[in-house]
Amino acid sequence: MASEAHGAETGGLVFHPMDQFIVKPLFGGDEIAWYTITNVTLWMAVAVLAVIAMMVLGTSRRAMIPSRSQSVGELAYGFIYKMVEDVAGKDGLKFFPYIMTLFMFIVFANFLGLIPMSFTTTSHFAVTVVLALLVFLTVTIVGFVKNGIGFLGLFWVSSAPLPLRPILAVIELISYFVRPVSHSIRLAGNVMAGHAVIKVFAGFAAIAVVSPVSVVAITAMYGLEVLVAFIQAYVFTILTCVYLKDALHPSH
Amino acid sequence: MEGDLAHIGAGLAAIGSGAAAIGVGNVAGNYLAGALRNPSAAASQTATLFIGIAFAEALGIFSFLVALLLMFAV
Amino acid sequence: MATETHEAAEHAAEAMNGAHEAAASAPGMPQLDFTNWGNQIFWLLVTLVVIYFVLSRIALPRIAAVLAERQGTITNDIAKAEELKAKAVEAEEAYNKALAEARAEAQRIAAETKAEMQAELDAAVAKADAQIGEKLAESEKAIAEIRAGAVDSIKDVAKDTAAEIVAALGSDADAKTVEAAVAARMEG
Repeated sequence: MASEAHGAETGGLVFHPMDQFIVKPLFGGDEIAWYTITNVTLWMAVAVLAVIAMMVLGTSRRAMIPSRSQSVGELAYGFIYKMVEDVAGKDGLKFFPYIMTLFMFIVFANFLGLIPMSFTTTSHFAVTVVLALLVFLTVTIVGFVKNGIGFLGLFWVSSAPLPLRPILAVIELISYFVRPVSHSIRLAGNVMAGHAVIKVFAGFAAIAVVSPVSVVAITAMYGLEVLVAFIQAYVFTILTCVYLKDALHPSH
Repeated sequence: MEGDLAHIGAGLAAIGSGAAAIGVGNVAGNYLAGALRNPSAAASQTATLFIGIAFAEALGIFSFLVALLLMFAV
Repeated sequence: MATETHEAAEHAAEAMNGAHEAAASAPGMPQLDFTNWGNQIFWLLVTLVVIYFVLSRIALPRIAAVLAERQGTITNDIAKAEELKAKAVEAEEAYNKALAEARAEAQRIAAETKAEMQAELDAAVAKADAQIGEKLAESEKAIAEIRAGAVDSIKDVAKDTAAEIVAALGSDADAKTVEAAVAARMEG
């Protein structure tokens, strides 16, 4: 029963939903050292090139009346700028290049991952955990540098009744440290889930009777994934802004 | 034997995805109800909507992750 | 059954890991294969640093400059448009003023002309009246002369006729009596 679902050699269905996430060295060899050029390197480099193409080459003419590519770059700029300003406040604008970097990388990694046969860097916890930890560390350091010991007021809910405050402080503290966990797993989980589900539907396409349904399902999932790719980048960015606001203005 | 149990556990964990779907639907539905009552305030709350959806969905993703771990990592 | 399934699961895991034999003990999820985390983290940091520098050094200042410039241009253009609008209003006012002046001038000229013409007309009428009066007086004088002449002639004729008639009747009548009688008749 189970072998039917798994065994490639038994002639049944072939499900390898996780194979697309395997990290492979590009130029032969099996060992993956920290400096090895792998498909991760390749697709991150493509993301960098895409960012450069959009934000540097697209705006190279500095036209007063923007061309199509330039207005896309300006749109992205205005979108994130307004988000940072609205959520984190005026003094959060110092971190605008940093937040812009996060957004551009995630959005391009997500969208490039949607190209068939490509590799989705943001589906790996190694990547998202680092991204989330960077945000976590930045926010914590900024919070303590800006507010000193007063940053701990974030955990001391002064609007709550006094007996409840220690309990709330513990809860707040736990939720503060869970932030990078949920922050990273949300992104990687969403991206991985969508890609894996598409692969599972693709596996069903091996059955002739089911294949039309499967193709329709893949198409629908793909559309959803396009949406998710953007929304997750947006959510990651806006949560960064929210955390940053907590660091800059810790009072509830 | 553990493999069997793990697969059952993975199936049970997948229920969490449905629960997250209810949560996301709740958020979006209430947003829509509020937006229709006061359309002028709707645009300013889209960010909150997405944050709410993200939080609700994150828990579903956790259950999905548990399912994946049970499937492949146990 | 159970062992068979277990074997199958193991088999599947093996197939899953087939692609990277190096990590034979790695779990089924490539994400949890910690042997390649160092690699990913390294390349991620390189990527982030590159994107950060490209954005913060080149792209963002450039876009900010373009947006600021556009904002400035728009503000300038709006100011210019306001200026032009004010100018247009001014020009319209000047035009209206000129129009009113011209109208007043035209009215004045018309009135003047009218007055001139009236004066000329009056003069002509007066002249004509005077001429007519003169002619009239002359005519009256002529008529009076003619009338006077006629009365005298009638007197003479009546005198003569009366004298003749009296003579024909056989009585002698001296001139004075006849004259008196004729005068008395003529008066009556």
